[in-house]
Amino acid sequence: MNDRQQNPAGEYILETVDVSKYFGAVAAVDGLSISIPRRGVTSIVGPNGSGKSTLINLLSGTLPLDGGMVVIDGQGLRTIHAHETPDHSITRTFQEVRLFNQITVLDNILVVLTRRGFWSALFERTSGQQRKTAQEILEKVGMWEKRTSLAMDLSYGQRKLLEIGRAMALNVNIYLLDEPFAGLFPQMLERVKEILKGMRDEGRTIIFVSHNMDIVREMADHLIVLDGGKFLLAGEVEEVLNQPEVISAYLGT
Amino acid sequence: MLSRPPSIQSILSLFRSPRQVLLSGRGNVELWANLIIIAGAVLFMFLKGASFAVTVGTVFAIWAMLSVSLNLVVGFSGLLSIGHIGFFGLGAYTVAILTSTTSYENLRTGAIPTFGWPFFAALPVAIIVAGLVAVVVGIAFNRFRDDIYVLVSFGFAIISFNVFLNLRGVTRGAFGIHDVARPQIGAWVFDSELELMALSLAFLAIVVGISWFIVSSSFGRVLTAIREDEQVAEVFGYRVARFKLAIWVISAMMAGLAGGMFASWTTFIDPNSFILLESVLLVSIVILGGLATIWGSLLGALAFVLLEEGMRFLPGLPQEYVGQARQVVLGVLLVLLMMFRPQGLVGRFRL
Repeated sequence: MNDRQQNPAGEYILETVDVSKYFGAVAAVDGLSISIPRRGVTSIVGPNGSGKSTLINLLSGTLPLDGGMVVIDGQGLRTIHAHETPDHSITRTFQEVRLFNQITVLDNILVVLTRRGFWSALFERTSGQQRKTAQEILEKVGMWEKRTSLAMDLSYGQRKLLEIGRAMALNVNIYLLDEPFAGLFPQMLERVKEILKGMRDEGRTIIFVSHNMDIVREMADHLIVLDGGKFLLAGEVEEVLNQPEVISAYLGT
Repeated sequence: MLSRPPSIQSILSLFRSPRQVLLSGRGNVELWANLIIIAGAVLFMFLKGASFAVTVGTVFAIWAMLSVSLNLVVGFSGLLSIGHIGFFGLGAYTVAILTSTTSYENLRTGAIPTFGWPFFAALPVAIIVAGLVAVVVGIAFNRFRDDIYVLVSFGFAIISFNVFLNLRGVTRGAFGIHDVARPQIGAWVFDSELELMALSLAFLAIVVGISWFIVSSSFGRVLTAIREDEQVAEVFGYRVARFKLAIWVISAMMAGLAGGMFASWTTFIDPNSFILLESVLLVSIVILGGLATIWGSLLGALAFVLLEEGMRFLPGLPQEYVGQARQVVLGVLLVLLMMFRPQGLVGRFRL
């Protein structure tokens, strides 16, 4: 395959080839081709309506592709089913936190740790090992004390943390995080940053969408800029942010 | 998430400081609901004598099987189905048709075949029939959610009633089916009320056991996750449609079992036992007891049966109004419950 030749060492873990998504006549993502390097933190930025969230939804199977192909770790896919994303080692968080509201914090994590098949899940009882893993994750995100609360009773910041914890529980390679830093108080913000840095240091690939340029500068290794559903620029953070096109398109003039 | 009987501590605390418990009534609705309903049942038994209590016990067991099984769908999976009575009817009609021995030639509707099967041979067939229909219906329903689901399940209740009423060659329509066989093992026929109650309670125990096994497994947890957010459950690798279909079919099979028992207990069934109203009452019981708790469904069924049978003996209420008065009382109760305790008597979750 062509991509293989361009990408012999598997430098890119996730690529899109001419990916499109239409909402009626509007192209939210329009023939987008991007490549996301293996490991490290990649940030996707762009003005409102530039297709960032739609891209995350497409990559995670939450929305069906209208055209193009996604290459995950060398495997080309024309359709992505949401329930197959863990098999492709992908998981995500949502822009508006989506937890399992009326079950406990602990159950929110345990759901992710259990078996996927119908029969195997039916005959599975929560094991000590699963509980231990859930405890480790909840301690990492600082929610262990809250384990018996319902997820709906948590504060916004705690919900955000729990959602990241739930994604971590899946233990995959690629994390798609939609606005993980939005609306957090400084203390929580630092916590989320620490968690993401920890995940990066474990060799995982983190892709996040953000509007906050200071955080992007601090956290991201690579930057992809979208505008109007199209690819604008990509590269190292500082280098991209200093380009005049970015300044005019994204930061406005 | 599991069924939660009142804890020992909460019962003990009643003896330690009755006044305090009385004062903190609001927080102890659960405890009070348990105590009042169970005390009501005991009182009823003493006042009305054992034989009547035995009949009520059978009615309770049948309603409880239905409410526990419906709670798997409504409470644990979040699919508000008001078509459950259809599966109850399917089970009842299957057992009735397979076991009835009446010589229909003498009746106006003409001959329908009689099979004269024993009850315990017909019952598994009834369960399988309910399950098979549930597979077909469930596949069709899987694309719907929330309020649309209520509507399509409503459609199922109406269609099943009309099939029972109008497919005369099979169901004998409004004439109903007589002489449904009583359960029989060898020479032992379950024809006393006490034996039938024992058998119904045994079936109820099986239904509760299986339900408990399901909701305490990882599968049960996944169901609650699906109830909360299907799309997210899908992102975490669960084939949501399959899980929903599975619990729907299991629940329908339990309703089929209850239906078979019902047909054999009454020995006569006609379509009027399977009208939409019964389905609505059933949903009320589940909500009354509390969503996503097995214990709540048992308690709800007990409260409902006590209310239904108890009102028969209210002084000053003429017999001809009892039926309507029941529905009024239940309706008022449901409205009050939704206003002040939307999670039901012992539940923790809301639709």
